Amino acid sequence: MLDNLKEFASEFFVTGDPLILGAQVSIALTMIAIVIVLTYFKKWRWLWTEWLTTVDHKKIGIMYIIASLLMLFRGGVDALLMRTQLAMPELNFLEAEHYNQIFTTHGVIMILFMAMPLMFGLFNIIVPLQIGARDVAYPFLNSMSFWLFFWGAMLFNMSFVIGGSPDAGWLAYPPLSELSHSPGVGQNFYIWGIQISGIGSLATGINFIVTILKMRAPGMRLMKMPMFSWSVLSSCISIIFAFPILTVTLFLLFLDRFLGAHFFTLDGGGNPMMYINLIWMWGHPEVYIVVLPAFGIFSEVVAAFSRKKLFGYASMVFAMIAISVAAFFTWAHHFFTMGSGANVNAFFAVTTMIIAIPTGVKVFNWLFTMFRGKIQFTTPMMWAIAFIPCFVVGGMTGVLLSVAPADFQFHNSYFLIAHFHQVLIGGVVFGYFAGLYYWWPKMFGFKLNEHLGKWAFWFWNIGFYVCFMPQYLLGLMGMTRRINVYDFDMGWQPLNVVSTIGAFLMGIAFLFQVWQIAHSIKFHKKDTTGDSWGVGRTLEWSIPSPAPVYNFATIPVADERDWWWEEKERREQGIQPKAIPLEPIHMPKNSAIPFIKSLCWFTAGFGFVFNWLWIAIPGLIGVAICMLVRSFQYDTDYYIQVDEIKRTEAALRGAN
Amino acid sequence: MTYDTESPYHELLDEEMKSVRPIKRYLVPLLFVLVVALLSGCSDQIIVLDPKGPIGESQKDLIYIATILCLIVVVPVIVLTGIFAWRYRDKPGNNATYKPNWSHNTKLETIWWGIPVLIIIALGIVTVSYTYKLEPSKPLVSEKKPITIQVTSLDWKWLFKYPEQGIATVNYAYIPEDTPVRFQLTADSPMNSFWIPQLGGQIYAMSGMAMTLFLQADEPGEYYGSGANFTGRDFAQMTFKVHATSDAEFNDWVKEVKSSSPALTEEGYAKLAEPGSAEKQAFSSFPAGLFESIVTKYAPGGTHHQHGSADMGMPQPPDPGKQQQTASTADNHMAHSSAGH
Ligand code: HEM
Ligand SMILES: [Cu+2]
Ligand SMILES: [Cu+2]
Repeated sequence: MLDNLKEFASEFFVTGDPLILGAQVSIALTMIAIVIVLTYFKKWRWLWTEWLTTVDHKKIGIMYIIASLLMLFRGGVDALLMRTQLAMPELNFLEAEHYNQIFTTHGVIMILFMAMPLMFGLFNIIVPLQIGARDVAYPFLNSMSFWLFFWGAMLFNMSFVIGGSPDAGWLAYPPLSELSHSPGVGQNFYIWGIQISGIGSLATGINFIVTILKMRAPGMRLMKMPMFSWSVLSSCISIIFAFPILTVTLFLLFLDRFLGAHFFTLDGGGNPMMYINLIWMWGHPEVYIVVLPAFGIFSEVVAAFSRKKLFGYASMVFAMIAISVAAFFTWAHHFFTMGSGANVNAFFAVTTMIIAIPTGVKVFNWLFTMFRGKIQFTTPMMWAIAFIPCFVVGGMTGVLLSVAPADFQFHNSYFLIAHFHQVLIGGVVFGYFAGLYYWWPKMFGFKLNEHLGKWAFWFWNIGFYVCFMPQYLLGLMGMTRRINVYDFDMGWQPLNVVSTIGAFLMGIAFLFQVWQIAHSIKFHKKDTTGDSWGVGRTLEWSIPSPAPVYNFATIPVADERDWWWEEKERREQGIQPKAIPLEPIHMPKNSAIPFIKSLCWFTAGFGFVFNWLWIAIPGLIGVAICMLVRSFQYDTDYYIQVDEIKRTEAALRGAN
Repeated sequence: MTYDTESPYHELLDEEMKSVRPIKRYLVPLLFVLVVALLSGCSDQIIVLDPKGPIGESQKDLIYIATILCLIVVVPVIVLTGIFAWRYRDKPGNNATYKPNWSHNTKLETIWWGIPVLIIIALGIVTVSYTYKLEPSKPLVSEKKPITIQVTSLDWKWLFKYPEQGIATVNYAYIPEDTPVRFQLTADSPMNSFWIPQLGGQIYAMSGMAMTLFLQADEPGEYYGSGANFTGRDFAQMTFKVHATSDAEFNDWVKEVKSSSPALTEEGYAKLAEPGSAEKQAFSSFPAGLFESIVTKYAPGGTHHQHGSADMGMPQPPDPGKQQQTASTADNHMAHSSAGH
């Protein structure tokens, strides 16, 4: 009996590696500490009513951001482990199996559990405030999306300590990801972690499209809408077309693994190439899904801190929509080397290059927004300015990769690794950081310490170039991706050392950011104006920071592009806005169902991972019960009465 | 174009002159020198840009052409970013023009829609023509008859078979210089990619099909090659050297392998195909039709599956009719692969 149990445990838990043991111990200790702290301060009820069951878009946004920063930490540690292994030839810090798991989890986590939720966090907090709405269109669904993401991410991360991590690359090409080559549970964690959170992403896409199309303030025609909201719209349009492809593809892979189907196997008439096509039909749009909102953020930040209208508004909108449509016609550039023939390669090479045109136009428009402005070098603006050269170079190497016959020499080399990190870090991460710094005071009512922020900025930027520029050369020197060792005689060592140093500089930068946040929480100055930077142009800056639950006591008629900027000018000239009478505000009630239902999904997913139907089926039943219960709930909303609004507003604006 | 003093172009020029300060004037050349020094220090190791065969040579030219075309936009953008950020910074005493409502100018916007369009048209034309020119299954022009090497990606080693010579090797290969080499690629493993940077770009090696890749070495030498597409645990061990030699040396090498190496048997192959890395090996013979049987064992119903640049069967001299057919099956690839053959 005891022996049986021991044997089970040694298979169930990942054992035998001191690094992992350390992680397991520290995870256990952290969890115990959290429980103790919550109990000691009697915070369980607060946690449940204020956060876990909330449907408030602002709180959901904050939870997304916290989760994504934790994932950035995890993905970053993965990155540093890999860079340490690669610093020297023939090093034996991570053996092959471990290295393969780490680049797989790093890729999945960074894209799906770091970039996506950070993006959704910013969508959630900013979009309703920017378009003058009191919440998103479907607040309950919004909470569902968050918890599906959260439990999906937890399931994926669990593979680190239980059962073993996936190791077939972040896109899990078959046959490597099939039972024949990956018999362990790691690949099941991959499928279920991504599936569960993917459903949430699809729902978010739908939610924000409806919110933007239906819930704008009176007078805000689409062509008057702030650019960030436009970018969210274009990104969400891509989401609703791309994510179903991912869901179906992974479901077919699941059928292969679970029921012995032959969609992508080598035998039984399966075809792995079909998977590669399908996954990239999602994968390519996915990179635009994450970068478009970054474009939106830059548009807001550059205009605000140049204190000038955004240049070429109509071009900007057209360019974003063009990008989100064109992104669906380029997927095969990820496998020019599959031997699809010259016609196919020529077609996809040209469609890919075409995307460079609207992207280039956007860069010029940002530049000419700065032209004849009055530029303030605050941290958000620094990120925006640093983004331009970085993204332009990354975009250029992207165009080089799209030149199909040249790609035969770049494909799967470190040239490619350098390229996509340059656009993902220089574009997406820098963009979201700009947004996070810019809107932080809107979220929490105080600014982050600028001094520490500048340290973080310089470490990130210098670290970035030191880390990734050498990798372009390494690619041209023949170094391929996903290798954990290389020979001395290739001459790759010096540049790899440099690259690793750069990675650690970025690690230090992250520590500066943690310090910055901690320091600012302790020593901040409360913002009382609502327009914390003093340069706000759009609706979100017209209300107090942080915004009250209902966001807008009365919803203004926002019929100008930079409504708040114009409004401030009018007020300066003594023109006061027409007072709109207060009315009771209709709000959604909190609900525990999203949390519980997602937990049931997690349970079902966990059961499927280990092929334990006795866990999977109860999990699915739980999901069904949650749906039923929700269907018969009628009491899901309430009104905030006028005198309560008055009291809240007086308290918030009192110091004003 | 005429300049009036209010014109943005005019002001730009002015500002550029004013804003270059002494330190910056040295910084740029200094960086340039550093980069050049670094590049020349290890330039013989930048193997992609130091090709030794016609395919790699054309690909290098293409890389340079594309880079220069891109730089036409990239350099001005980076310079303008610096100039604007400096010129319009909000500092006391900075009396640069401030026009908070200037947000539209049709002429300017036409220019920067136009320039990228022109560049992409140029790059598109170059790319498409090279795409046809460098189609990997296209035979190389040469008065010498190409030699055929059948390459199989195994877990985790490369098997090279020389059907004309009747020998086989593992993790290294010899080729005669100045002779086109027709590589036929397949996999008895997850999909890999076969890459010898100094000879030319890579092509996938996939189970159930035989892809064709023509390469040639113009001078004798030892060329690094590797698997470029991840295939699992010991993937990093899948590196090999290709030795390009004179015809005489090549023939000597073949003779030596024939006389001094063991034969590869069916069982020997089965053993070799088991997961694990391997040392260099040579075999004096291999079972007839081994390559074909590896390819067909994955094709549905055991029949051969015509695919992509696939060009199956025993080596044939390149003939135009055959080539025509290869190209047309290649065109169908997307269609049939999404249809799930
Ligand atoms: C913070 C600094 C980062 C460093 C130092 C870093 C480093 C690395 C390294 C060493 C690899 C593995 C290369 C290989 O062996 O093939 C890798 C792969 C990857 N990284 Fe990063 N990374 C960073 C940030 C990011 C970010 C922010 C993202 C996405 C938003 C990202 C996405 C990926 C992806 C998708 C892969 C490919 C994984 C695969 O091959 O399956 N990385 N990165
Ligand atoms: Cu792509
Ligand atoms: Cu096919």
